[in-house]
Amino acid sequence: MSFEITTKDLDVFYGEKQALKKVNLCVNEHQITALMGPSGCGKSTLLRSLNRMNDNIAGVRVEGQVLLGGRDVYAPEVDAVEIRQRVGMVFQQPNPLPKSIFENIAFGPKVLGMKNKTALEEIAEKSLRAAALWDEVKDELKKSALALSGGQQQRLCIARALAIQPEVILMDEPCSALDPFSTLKIEELMQVLKKRYTIVIVTHNMQQAARVSDWTGFFLMGKLIEYDETAEVFSRPKDKRTENYITGRFG
Amino acid sequence: MPRESLEQHLRELQDEVLVLGSMVEKAISRSMRALKERDLELAKQVIADDEKINQKRLDIEEGCIEFIVTQQPVATDLRIIVAILNIIVDLERIGDHAEGTAHIAVMIGDEPPLKPLIDLPRMAEKTNDMLRRSLDAFINRDAKAAVKISAEDDEVDDLYNQVSRELITFMLEDPRTIGRATRLIWVAHNLERSADRVTNICERVVFVTTGKMEEIKTSRY
Repeated sequence: MSFEITTKDLDVFYGEKQALKKVNLCVNEHQITALMGPSGCGKSTLLRSLNRMNDNIAGVRVEGQVLLGGRDVYAPEVDAVEIRQRVGMVFQQPNPLPKSIFENIAFGPKVLGMKNKTALEEIAEKSLRAAALWDEVKDELKKSALALSGGQQQRLCIARALAIQPEVILMDEPCSALDPFSTLKIEELMQVLKKRYTIVIVTHNMQQAARVSDWTGFFLMGKLIEYDETAEVFSRPKDKRTENYITGRFG
Repeated sequence: MPRESLEQHLRELQDEVLVLGSMVEKAISRSMRALKERDLELAKQVIADDEKINQKRLDIEEGCIEFIVTQQPVATDLRIIVAILNIIVDLERIGDHAEGTAHIAVMIGDEPPLKPLIDLPRMAEKTNDMLRRSLDAFINRDAKAAVKISAEDDEVDDLYNQVSRELITFMLEDPRTIGRATRLIWVAHNLERSADRVTNICERVVFVTTGKMEEIKTSRY
């Protein structure tokens, strides 16, 4: 099996505070990997370090390696913008641009230099279809994205991430602001998307991690405590700390 | 303590398993006493009480479903619930075997005894002893004890062999005993199967404790 993303002895510091401690993680290609743990455990820091989203935070220092398809994303010659194109991100709160649905999707490709209207329309349709939103919005692409429901907005954000043809999609609690039905739609969508993309999701919702992911990593105080196939983690965790967390006996 | 309601719910379910276990133990010993002492009333009582065992099993199953729905157990909690759901099936079946023995006691009625019953009561005692200790091991999460109890199934198997051989000898020597001897072989078979079910319970104890789901030992019969 080839590893799409690998971290090697990854340390991340926010000033004096060490947020990640020697994390070694292998994210499998075309699978969903869930990262869970109590607040402040480092799971979001890890997610954000996979596509250098931490670069813009003052005082951040990264040591160790993050390999994307074998290449260190923190190597001096690597362009962070290119990394973020290959590794897209979906956030906790749906954050559509205050523009039309179409413009939201076209924004990324335009920034990357695409001008041909037909090509942009094709990308918009393809991305919206892939995000399972096309049928709901195909007749109102010019409508403001802000008029969509929360669940639709989040799928629009997924479509926007897909429009620049990434290899990996990072999701930071993508459903925590959504109702159960919209959550289910996103979860179903993830199962379809993983056939073409590699997905890493941070979630506070353990049932969600159990439902959607193939692999689960449990973090505590900056360390990766346990990483295994999801069914193993939830039926027979090897570390007592994992057991205590997932059974709700601490955290 | 966090998750106090989960802990309490889980304790209650395990207590109920012990109650079911003691109902089954009682069914085994009473069915054997009914057979040995030709107590038809007692045999009928065992048959009637089997309904209570079946109902108790269904109640516990309901309780497990409610626990899963309301507590969404994972890890050890989940394994305990899965174990309970399996153990209660084994207990209920052991109860059915005891009921079978009680039916045979009724069938035999006041036929003249073939022989004094010695090995059959020993099989019943051994099975009951294994059953009681397997449930203790479940409550104490004692995988070592569970493996040991499983191994003792060999003793019940040996007794079964011995009883079968003896009864076949009776039949060969005097075909008029075939009816009575066959009934007693059924009783022996009921007990042998019951002890096998106890080894299933022991496997669940290992599963709860270690997470390993495996057959400890395959019965020779």
